[in-house]
Amino acid sequence: MRIECPNCGERDRREFTYQGDALALRRPAVDAGEQAWDDYLHNRDNPAGETKDLWFHEAGCGAWLVVERNTVTHTVQGAVLAEKVKR
Amino acid sequence: MRLRRPENTVTFTFDGRPVEGVPGEPVAAALIANGIKLVARSFKYHRPRGVMSAGSEEQNALVTVRRGVQSEPNIRATMLEVAEGLEVFSQNAWPSLHYDMMGVNDILAPFLGAGFYYKTFMWPRAFWEKLYEPIIRRAAGLGELNGETNLDTYEKAFAFCDVLVIGAGPTGLMAALTAGRAGADVIIADEDSAMGGRLLREVEEVDGKPGAAWVADALVELEAMPNVRLMTRTTVTGAYDQGTFGALERVAGPRAPDKPLECFWRIVAKRAILCAGALERPIAFPNNDRPGIMMAGAVRAYVNRWGVVPGKAVTVFGNNDDAHRTARDLAAVGVKIAALIDSREEVEVNADYPVFTGGQVVGTRGRHGLKSITVVHSGGHHEIITDCLAVSGGWNPSVHLTCHMNGRPIWREDIASFVPTPGSIPGLVAAGACNGVFSTAGCLEEGANVAADVARGLGLKPKVTVPPADASAFAMKPLWAVPGKGRKWVDFQNDVHVKDIQQAAQENFRSVEHMKRYTTQGMAPDQGKSSNVVALAVLADATGRGIPETGTTTFRPPYVPVPIAAMGAGSQGKGFAPERLTTSHKASLAAGAPMIEAGLWYRPSYFPMPGETHWQQSCDREVGYVRNAVGVCDVSTLGKIDIQGPDAAALLDFVYVNTFSTLKIGRVRYGLMLREDGHVMDDGTTARLGPDHFVMTTTTAAAGLVMRYLEFVLQVLRPDLDAKIMSVTEQWAQFAVAGPQARLLLNSAFDQEITDDTWPFMACGTVDVSGVQARLFRISFSGEHAYEIAVPARYGESLFRQLTAQAAVLGGGPYGMEALNVLRIEKGFITHAEIHGRTTAFDIGMDRMISRKKDCIGQAAAARPGLMDETREQLVGLRAVGSKDELMAGAHLFEEDAVASRVNSQGYMTSVCYSPTLQGNIGLGFLHSGRARHGEVIRMVDHLRGVETRAEVCDPVFFDPNGGRARG
Repeated sequence: MRIECPNCGERDRREFTYQGDALALRRPAVDAGEQAWDDYLHNRDNPAGETKDLWFHEAGCGAWLVVERNTVTHTVQGAVLAEKVKR
Repeated sequence: MRLRRPENTVTFTFDGRPVEGVPGEPVAAALIANGIKLVARSFKYHRPRGVMSAGSEEQNALVTVRRGVQSEPNIRATMLEVAEGLEVFSQNAWPSLHYDMMGVNDILAPFLGAGFYYKTFMWPRAFWEKLYEPIIRRAAGLGELNGETNLDTYEKAFAFCDVLVIGAGPTGLMAALTAGRAGADVIIADEDSAMGGRLLREVEEVDGKPGAAWVADALVELEAMPNVRLMTRTTVTGAYDQGTFGALERVAGPRAPDKPLECFWRIVAKRAILCAGALERPIAFPNNDRPGIMMAGAVRAYVNRWGVVPGKAVTVFGNNDDAHRTARDLAAVGVKIAALIDSREEVEVNADYPVFTGGQVVGTRGRHGLKSITVVHSGGHHEIITDCLAVSGGWNPSVHLTCHMNGRPIWREDIASFVPTPGSIPGLVAAGACNGVFSTAGCLEEGANVAADVARGLGLKPKVTVPPADASAFAMKPLWAVPGKGRKWVDFQNDVHVKDIQQAAQENFRSVEHMKRYTTQGMAPDQGKSSNVVALAVLADATGRGIPETGTTTFRPPYVPVPIAAMGAGSQGKGFAPERLTTSHKASLAAGAPMIEAGLWYRPSYFPMPGETHWQQSCDREVGYVRNAVGVCDVSTLGKIDIQGPDAAALLDFVYVNTFSTLKIGRVRYGLMLREDGHVMDDGTTARLGPDHFVMTTTTAAAGLVMRYLEFVLQVLRPDLDAKIMSVTEQWAQFAVAGPQARLLLNSAFDQEITDDTWPFMACGTVDVSGVQARLFRISFSGEHAYEIAVPARYGESLFRQLTAQAAVLGGGPYGMEALNVLRIEKGFITHAEIHGRTTAFDIGMDRMISRKKDCIGQAAAARPGLMDETREQLVGLRAVGSKDELMAGAHLFEEDAVASRVNSQGYMTSVCYSPTLQGNIGLGFLHSGRARHGEVIRMVDHLRGVETRAEVCDPVFFDPNGGRARG
């Protein structure tokens, strides 16, 4: 598996560390309430198809990426820098 | 027998007996040339077997190669190249290949059919562990490992190309030529020792010259192209996502004895062309497994390519035109053809050897080598004296790689075989025989056309020129199994015969996947390459379905067995994980300190002194250094993260539960970090060196985790913060100097003296040590008056030697991890033994540190009632009482009168030590409502090690609870 890092180009997956669903970007306010925090911490969809998740280019530029890929076809559509993602 | 005298020969051994061979030819060819027919015993019934094929699909001739103490089992004699001194041994036979005791299995065969294990080893249940399992384990397995460490070297490598051509027969060579001429970056890989595929094995002309000559010209042209890489002895083993292919290259050999044995390649190709060819399949007839019964194409290969003849009187038995080539080619070089038997009625053959049309082989004789066969045809039964039977049941296209990503092949009635489903592997196209094209002309044409398409897809402008070649069509009529009594082998490698498959169907294992597992059909190392289609046909017949409805089992990677040693090349021993060494490493080793691993780091356990015979003695002495004089310890392994920027303080406020924006310049503060789910992630001290400049320390184990997490916070959660972080762990060597004499020791090294006023508890700043600027932190992990001093790593070794030498003068010295651990347990300081991922700030008694004036990671979740419940397991100290006083980390805690069972567990021990300071065994642990239970006596039970001790619950700070020693 290879990921196209916006900084470094196409790189082997061994350079990256997987984190989890990209919903981690939408951190609730401290007083958002139990439901919001429960969803943020624990509840995840398990989609057959398109998914967005966070990868860390640990053995590369150190950028956190939002990677769009397909869990059925295993294609990696692309990656963007997490810090550039609007939220 | 050889057709011509070889120019040069070498000697190798087979079961200790010298055999003459030609360097580079397969061992199988040399054995055949020397008339050695019996080369192996079969897996289950220990039947005598001989060489069957001329390729990696070989089912019978598996051998062990020994090199000194090294031995490598299950090597295909058809792929192993002859070299001087090679030591080859047969397998699965004892005491010898000719007299194999386990041959008794063959006599007991009627009781050992499919499902025998499942039916026999059911009861009595008590027999399983003591009797059945040992018996099965002894009988199971093919080939043996010698149990020694594998000293062979392996390699792994990566390659990239525009076009990967898999297989270098006529199709592959034509594809590589076309793509290469168009300018594409091409890798062409073939598992054979030479490229050319069937053009090296057949008597055919291409472009008006012999096939082998055309191959030689093609290779000269390809080798001259800088954009083409040719890889022989390289089997492409698997197709994976994104155009990635695994390939196993046999590197070492007589050519390069000093090279790695094998190399596992990961090849990334924009496009791939599968030109894997086809494998000939056997016909199931009674006793079709005698040594001397071979595939018809393999017989041609041995005669045409290697010049060795497998028999004096050869019979050919087939259901297709291709089989006739064997009789024709052998007759042409003067080999006697005992008969040509074609199962089809309607064929006409003009030949000067006996021809039986509409004939079938119904029996064979000759236990250690074929002697005769029985043929049935319109004229009745006929006994034919023959020592080699060449069989062809048709050809199976090698579709395997196209199925590696869940693709299912399609049945083609005219060739009675499966062909690939287009598009099964993105970017891969099948061409030639593996795509069901069986004439040389057809293969060349398809190879050229497919490669041209691929090249155009890459934006190149290919030209298609195809040389003229043999275009004769391939005609066949299916014949799977000959009727009649006797065992008709289908899977030779796993000893599965027609009746096993029929029995599976009868017992309702009708699904092909169930039949496979019930009979073990296709589960041997060859994975049913030659046998699967025949087995499907037999199952289809037994269940009254067609072959396409019956379906196929799933082909999975790897195509040929890949040694784990090759896939994991470089990861053995020291290659398993990098070693991180501190600057004091050499000095510690010189002092005789045993090293322990801490993450990837190596740290000294203790520094033994003459006369000490037990680590405990050294440890107690070192604890005494710190409590009474001064000790020096390398703490460089702790993570050090440099944090700078206008929002550096805001970042720390967000990641620590307590506040850092209020920290004064020149001061250090202890910080606690939570995960977002409210549990403790890590702890450590952070020093403020300037208004926008902090240095954070993390625990050794969590340094990487925290670094990654801080980047996550900065890039993902708080991109609004203007701060930058950098790991400086390796840039600084840092030493703890602890004990009542710590300041005295430091001042002996400093250019300018420090005092309690200039350097109070939790102060930090820079000092000069012999002209080198150092960072000094007055912090303590031992509870004593202590400092940590950091110098640029290049000065670390020298400073360590200086500090330890001076410490010795003051009655102290270096201390290791054991003493460090005792010192911190005595003070109730936590490590990852306590903050193990399931404990909260509340559990360790630090929930009041969580500031409510700001948002921080984990604050919201930590406030959940369940994480603040008074009955939670809370950090406590435990002091052994009573006569037995051993405390055990991991042991559970029970009330004195309760049964020591899981439901009664009140908590557990996390850290234990003998405290020389308090002269007793103490420990830390977690106990339900523990903070309210100080003074209670509790039972500690270690079920694993059978230890039970009474312990008194107390405050986790055993020593100097007011902290006066660190401040004073």
